[in-house]
Amino acid sequence: MSLKLLRQGLGGRPPRMWHDRPLKDHYDVVIIGGGAHGLACAYYLAADHGITNVAVIDKSYIGAGGSGRNTAIIRSNYLTPEGVQFYDASVKLYEGLAQELDFNVMFSQRGHLTLAHNDSSVRTMRRRAEVNKLQGVDSRLVYPDELARICPQLDLSDHPRFPIQAALYHPPGGIIRHDAVVWGYARGADQRGVDIHQYTEVTGIDVANGAVTGVRTTRGNVSAGIVLSATAGWASNVAAMVDLPLPLDTFPLQACVTEPLKPILDVVVVSGSLHVYVSQSDRGELVMGASIDPFTSYSVGGSLDFLEGLAGHVLELFPFLSKARILRQWAGLCEMPPDFSPLMGITPVDNFLIDAGWGTYGFKASPICGKTMAELIATRQTPALLRPFRLSRFAEYDQVGEKGAASVGH
Amino acid sequence: MLRLECPNCGVRNTSEFRYGGEQNPRPTPSTEVADADWIRYLYERRNVMGVQIEWWYHRAGCGIWFLVERDRRSNIVARTWRWQPDGAAAAEGSHSP
Repeated sequence: MSLKLLRQGLGGRPPRMWHDRPLKDHYDVVIIGGGAHGLACAYYLAADHGITNVAVIDKSYIGAGGSGRNTAIIRSNYLTPEGVQFYDASVKLYEGLAQELDFNVMFSQRGHLTLAHNDSSVRTMRRRAEVNKLQGVDSRLVYPDELARICPQLDLSDHPRFPIQAALYHPPGGIIRHDAVVWGYARGADQRGVDIHQYTEVTGIDVANGAVTGVRTTRGNVSAGIVLSATAGWASNVAAMVDLPLPLDTFPLQACVTEPLKPILDVVVVSGSLHVYVSQSDRGELVMGASIDPFTSYSVGGSLDFLEGLAGHVLELFPFLSKARILRQWAGLCEMPPDFSPLMGITPVDNFLIDAGWGTYGFKASPICGKTMAELIATRQTPALLRPFRLSRFAEYDQVGEKGAASVGH
Repeated sequence: MLRLECPNCGVRNTSEFRYGGEQNPRPTPSTEVADADWIRYLYERRNVMGVQIEWWYHRAGCGIWFLVERDRRSNIVARTWRWQPDGAAAAEGSHSP
């Protein structure tokens, strides 16, 4: 490996990780959306099930949407047993991902703290810890004396407006390089024969007798056995092509990074009450995100409102950051379902599958979502992990109320 | 910051308002509405990438609910008006009693 690295470093271009190929007339599976979810599904279709006549189609470059706009936090300490099981399976896949893909995804399991600033959030955290433990997830409530050892940078005094009373501590949680996850899956899928079509926009989906038969794109029409929409943020628009209304509303969520600082913060710190999460990337930037914006939009422009609010909240937790400068800010699109749980699996339109409703919790689900959706496509049976998240749950009065999502205040 | 024109109070910052979702007429009469229609009303959203008519509430002002026509790609607001029962003329922009 190092010899190869030396040779490539001295001369010549490194081999391309994925290739531009001509659009075929037919694919067994067409995946709309080349983010971590779509590419993971393509990868597992090829790797686990030998289905390689697969196209991943994206209107932009791969990883341009939510996959490149999230704050790269991985955790499984959710509130519902269904959610905890699903995300725990995802964390386990993330733990072996660098090995599986032979690509360094820089997963750092540095521990994850969710702060509680009042009695009701302490109660919620205690409940989450108990649900997590029942599912075998390492998660517990810690109080300020222990918190001071885990994260001495926090202002644990009674000076802040909302002093910290306790925290949910989740040691396996951490951060990852989100671009590397996208690239690793893209390379793995490409090596196994999957076609990745970037800058190819799907303009329509053909339906005959209640079943999907193909997609129309800006580069030509393709017939398809199965079409999977993995376009978190824009899923309502793709589903509208087959006249399928979804229980989703799209909100922007803003995030920002500071200039690179020396290593100072080695855990992920989240506060549901203050709507803020902070972690330090390997480059030294503090990555900070907020809750969703107060109104729906497909605009990914930033606002000063957000920066002002976020800065105030971060300084409540870490007063020493008052001189840190913001380097850049951005927004990603979050489509929010009414119960804060994703929508995955079959739809009333035959052969049209959705992987949608990823609100504020999509990136961390990429591996398990890709793997289980691939299993659904290959076996035509909904895996047990996916069943609670089916689209028909709303009509069946069987929602999964996930109050452990980042956008839910306590 | 996005600014909105309240039909009563004029142009104000959005921090004074609360977003109330896309206009989604309630099925009536409620005693005769089928379950499927209730579910459609409660959960399904058009979530359109384009112009939407939506509710806003002036919580830090006069406290009325009013309608806004906004392009969700650019956040450009075309008009705001006070809701009127069917048949009555809509009063655009500033409202005079």
